[in-house]
Amino acid sequence: MSTGLISVAYVVASVLFILSLGGLAHQESARRGNWYGVAGILIAIAATVAGFDPGSLTAIIIAMVLGAAIGLPIANKVEMTQMPQLVALLHSFVGLAAVLVGFSSYIDPLVVMVGVEHTIKLVEVFLGIFIGAVTFTGSLVACGKLDGRIDSKALTLPGRHWMNLAAVILCVLLGAAFLGTGSMAMGIIFLIVMTLIAAVLGVHLIMAIGGADMPVVVSMLNSYSGWAAAAIGFMLGNDLLIVTGALVGSSGAILSYIMCRAMNRSFISVILGGFGQTSSSSSSSSGDETVQEIAADELAEELRNADSVIIVPGYGMAVAQAQNGISDLTKLLRDRGVNVRFGIHPVAGRLPGHMNVLLAEAHVPYDIVLEMDEINDDFPETDVVLVIGANDTVNPAAAEDPTSPIAGMPVLEVWKARQVVILKRGMATGYSGVENPLFFRDNSYMLFGDAKESVDKLLGAIR
Amino acid sequence: MKIGIPKEIYPDERRVAATPASVEKLIKLGYEVVIESGAGDAADYHDDVYREAGAAMAEDTTSLWRESDIILKVRAPTEHPDTHKHEADMIREGALLGSYIWPAQNPELLQKLADRKVTTFAIDALPRISRAQKMDALSAMANIAGYRAVIEAASQFGRFFTGQVTAAGKVPPAKVMVIGAGVAGLAAIGTANSMGAVVRAFDTRLEVKEQVESIGAEFLELDFGDEEGSGGGGYAKQMSDEFIKAEMALFAEQAKEVDIIITTALIPGKPAPKLITEDMVKSMKPGSVIVDLASERGGNCELTEPGRIVEKHGVRLIGYTDLPSRMAKVASDLYATNLVHMMTELTPEKDGQPVVNMEDAVIRGLTVVRDNDITWPPPEPEKPATSAPPPGTEEPSPAKPAAPAPSPARKAAGKIALLAVTVLALYGVGAYAPESFLSHFTVFVLACFIGWQVIWNVTPSLHTPLMSVTNAISGIIVIGALLHLAEAEHAAVGILSFIAVLIAMINVSGGFRVTHRMLKMFHK
Repeated sequence: MSTGLISVAYVVASVLFILSLGGLAHQESARRGNWYGVAGILIAIAATVAGFDPGSLTAIIIAMVLGAAIGLPIANKVEMTQMPQLVALLHSFVGLAAVLVGFSSYIDPLVVMVGVEHTIKLVEVFLGIFIGAVTFTGSLVACGKLDGRIDSKALTLPGRHWMNLAAVILCVLLGAAFLGTGSMAMGIIFLIVMTLIAAVLGVHLIMAIGGADMPVVVSMLNSYSGWAAAAIGFMLGNDLLIVTGALVGSSGAILSYIMCRAMNRSFISVILGGFGQTSSSSSSSSGDETVQEIAADELAEELRNADSVIIVPGYGMAVAQAQNGISDLTKLLRDRGVNVRFGIHPVAGRLPGHMNVLLAEAHVPYDIVLEMDEINDDFPETDVVLVIGANDTVNPAAAEDPTSPIAGMPVLEVWKARQVVILKRGMATGYSGVENPLFFRDNSYMLFGDAKESVDKLLGAIR
Repeated sequence: MKIGIPKEIYPDERRVAATPASVEKLIKLGYEVVIESGAGDAADYHDDVYREAGAAMAEDTTSLWRESDIILKVRAPTEHPDTHKHEADMIREGALLGSYIWPAQNPELLQKLADRKVTTFAIDALPRISRAQKMDALSAMANIAGYRAVIEAASQFGRFFTGQVTAAGKVPPAKVMVIGAGVAGLAAIGTANSMGAVVRAFDTRLEVKEQVESIGAEFLELDFGDEEGSGGGGYAKQMSDEFIKAEMALFAEQAKEVDIIITTALIPGKPAPKLITEDMVKSMKPGSVIVDLASERGGNCELTEPGRIVEKHGVRLIGYTDLPSRMAKVASDLYATNLVHMMTELTPEKDGQPVVNMEDAVIRGLTVVRDNDITWPPPEPEKPATSAPPPGTEEPSPAKPAAPAPSPARKAAGKIALLAVTVLALYGVGAYAPESFLSHFTVFVLACFIGWQVIWNVTPSLHTPLMSVTNAISGIIVIGALLHLAEAEHAAVGILSFIAVLIAMINVSGGFRVTHRMLKMFHK
């Protein structure tokens, strides 16, 4: 296949990828978008492989079939609650692939270059491997944390910022030495040492970030995996990789930005980690305030008589696996003419859009699942709000107490509803460690217990 | 400490300052509660239910007043018809009093209370801040008054509120105009609207337009410049002469058309503005009704008589001043709850020992007499947020605390530094990088921008599929691996790129597959 044809195929693939991401703008076009993506990648692979000498095809086909044979079953059987882990794991693969391709490219350059171009290429190799290695180990740790295999608490080693800085400086020095050396053996040693340092850096960076900041971390790693692909694209002089890497990179960057804005925190502060550990209870009004409890059958009565109900789910719903019960509850109430809707905070769950996927899996129609900005004005006209496994995202202190650590974070203003019922195990604080004055409001009631059991009881009482 | 609840003595006052539910809560706060026998009768709370709730019954009026450390009541103290003593003289020296006081209108009463060292909390002097809303008796009562005003109007009005088409002919809906869209006005609008009337509302404060429309009324607007009627604390202020002229013209025109007018216009500290003239009343259709909620303060209509219904020029004018008291049960429930909240604020330790913390803005505002001193009026309250809704209907949005942000100067400096670095970097790239790099660089930058544009359009509910699909397409790195695998000369490179192809394919296949699965689940 001629270079011209390959280039055209790459352009087509790039356009298809852009259409693929554009398709996600609406639910209706999203599925078509996914198929565009599939088509794009098939065209790109086909065009690339068509140019090869048939002798090398055996290994290629084996590798590709093997990869697909591993990937498809994983994707087929993964639970929606495990999506965050899967996404993180897939990020790590991109990182690892970038490292491997980077090494290959150094050992066995496809195009021989001289002078400045050679130096630039070496920088690209170095950078690609660095980003790839950080993404690889960082994603693995994120995956472990999301899966519960690693303690999701933030690990705060003393002087951790200095350690990170030292690691980065060391990598820069290694980079200088790498550019300076003429021998390939030395070069490989430098690369390997740098890769190890970057790997440790990736682990340490993500270890320092606590559970509820994971949406930011996962989208940041998403971004990194894109930049790694772009760096490899530069290295190989391949525009398709550059375009795709840039698309993915900016996608992840925007998601991280949205998540940070939703927590009113700067990207830097999230990435530096350690949040929610230092501040215990800062609320001056804490002490022996009393909460009001409500029984499941009383709540059922309230729900039956309500005109408008908003359900605010959080990570706790996913933990308790309560989404199917909630879906049944929603259906039951809607059949009785109650206007049931969902309010989703951007950082609810452990992945951007996590709650939406869980509710979609439980067959909740997507047009009643609304974003924070869409639903926040409706709370004053709502009879009952059910808060299920959410805490910081409904904390009135964020809006009312300027001294609170989460002051200024946009939150769902559930307390404006006529009645708020919080399904919760106990009185523990949320991720931020901040006391939630919502629980003590006059219109707040607690329904203690496991969310799934409580929802099942409610279902029984309403039927 | 002992809280005493006397029977109200004001003529036709049916409310009571405590209900069985509030008694229980007061006891939880550590107080003893004593109730004058028969205090709740008019509100359908009889002595036995108070006893069940844990209250004691006072032997007689005098002993209740004498023995209570704290008196909670509804109406401001006045001359007692049985004992012929002023209530302010019956209260024990040094005791606490919580009730309506109207300090601006009652300077002598304040003096009397100060002479007897009665620390007095005027529930009507509550500062209008969101934290104090649970104690806002004025709003609670205004809400009831607004509702009841419509009910009274309906009972005097000879037609349906709602339009009907019956076998016996068509009945047009009643047209209601509400003047003043504060708490009472909004309650009246909501009630009239839910009874099926066509409702119009007027208010000098343009900011309430949205709220009026949200409960189903048409907002009448003046064709008049920019004058805006918001005074402090969410109340209205007095308007200019031209404005009033335009306003009166509007009312005159509406009076000919509407069947019912409900006026709720009050300006703090001033007599009620006269908005409905005799001529307007004359121009109304016979059988129309005017409810004047401002009649106690002089009335918005020239012809209303406080406390009575009169018929003038064929129009019935309702001037009741005791609308909340006409719904004594719910009014007592709400008022008693307001007082419980006030006592909760005053009793931080829940030990039955009130603490008058004058540093607290709410308590400071409430306290009109402290021991010997008259402490009214309180120092100027904070300015409300510009979009302050009418009192009580909604929590005024608290000013969003700014996130600890760097000073503007530092921010600007940071931006300039960033810009300088970008310019330098671009200059460096342009000046020294070879041609081939630049063409890739162009592609890269453009792709970043396309990505930026496209991703912002993605709906937040699809962010998880977005991540998995970007995961899949970042598996495009497989191309790089393929190129190396095809041309591998070293065995090491072959192995490395073989693994790279394999895992990149996991990404591609897994990513697309799982995205497809997810998207399939989303349905309407």
